[in-house]
Amino acid sequence: MTTGTHVIEVKNLTKHYRDVVAVDDVSFTIEKDTIYGLLGRNGAGKTTVMSILTAQNFATSGDVRVFGMQPYENAKVLSRMCFVRESQKYPDDALPQHAFRTAKLFFPHWDDDLAAQLIDEFQLPQKTRIKKLSRGQLSAVGVIIGLASRAEITFFDEPYLGLDAVARQIFYDRLLEDYTEHPRTVILSSHLIDEVSNLIERVLVIDHGRIVMDEATDAVRDRAANIVGDASAVDAFVAGRQVIHRESLGNVASVTVLGALTLADRERLAAAGLDVAPVSLQQLIVRTTQRAASEGAATEEGALR
Amino acid sequence: MIEEGRALFLQIAESVEDAIIDGSLAEEAQAPSTNELAAFYRINPATAAKGVAMLTDKGVLYKRRGIGMFVAPGARELLLSERRTAFADRYVEPLLAEARKLGLGPEDLALLIRDRAGAQVATTTEGNAR
Repeated sequence: MTTGTHVIEVKNLTKHYRDVVAVDDVSFTIEKDTIYGLLGRNGAGKTTVMSILTAQNFATSGDVRVFGMQPYENAKVLSRMCFVRESQKYPDDALPQHAFRTAKLFFPHWDDDLAAQLIDEFQLPQKTRIKKLSRGQLSAVGVIIGLASRAEITFFDEPYLGLDAVARQIFYDRLLEDYTEHPRTVILSSHLIDEVSNLIERVLVIDHGRIVMDEATDAVRDRAANIVGDASAVDAFVAGRQVIHRESLGNVASVTVLGALTLADRERLAAAGLDVAPVSLQQLIVRTTQRAASEGAATEEGALR
Repeated sequence: MIEEGRALFLQIAESVEDAIIDGSLAEEAQAPSTNELAAFYRINPATAAKGVAMLTDKGVLYKRRGIGMFVAPGARELLLSERRTAFADRYVEPLLAEARKLGLGPEDLALLIRDRAGAQVATTTEGNAR
């Protein structure tokens, strides 16, 4: 439910860890009351970006504004944001209840009933200390805090680790349901792209510290197509198009091309006896990031020459 | 239910259209709300809203203030004529293409269709007779 107002504005953000560039001159904005997917490979820079936005890490350079303000040591901003980390640490002897009570003190929109409902649905043991919980139960604690805090901006950094398929579905369903009743900005980082592709309104893909895709999810869905069939016919069709992937088996080739197919394209394909297979968001992102990686390698090669 | 590679909002709009065409959603009946569609298909409500907006623009649904979305009178006829126009492209073209591959001419196809349709009519009447 895009309203056209930005809650986050990032300009030329760069983060170095010694000589490693984790985030490389990145600029983007986050719209109010929208669910974003922040996608990318391990080490792409997702967690770094989220921790800088939530003032848990420092930028090397660049400008970050949340609700138009600097987030660092700014209570006015921080109490309106919730960051559920993949590896959230809790005090050693804390029970889940302690974590929830602390969250309640911190987040003004905290909802006890929602928390209780989620504890029940995730079957979270109440009398077990957090450090004795299983990986999935630990993730459930984070998910419950993230949802029940109803913060204006909520970051979920791979919140599903150790959660089984049923628990993940509970998470997705409750997220959608509560978001519908209480619209807010959600930034969901995930590797399970196909699982979240219907939930996210916009997709941000980060690769090697750079944003390689920043678009409406629906616009991306018919962005690419797999053309399958006789290799020479496939090659004739894809000539002059942007090819992002190619596989072949004997005489049969499967080529992923960018760009939506026109009606004329489809007629040409049918006449040539070629099949068109859809490309899922996950495949598209895998291909895009692979291509970015190989192009990077190609430029390096070029530089060596 | 939801397929890859096509804009989700189009698929949502089509699912509502299908219900109108097969009569399960009658004209002047209340259409499912954006939130109901989002919950049922487990999709972002903004996407469902886009699908509903498309149907409103087309004149298939209309809004009653404070109550919700309703199926417009004449919506079924509108959708039927739209689907009939698309029928040749969507179904006949691929049928002909596959038939060509298999060496079946238009005459063979016509025969096949009559044959199958006849068989279907026969089973239906048989069912009715019982």
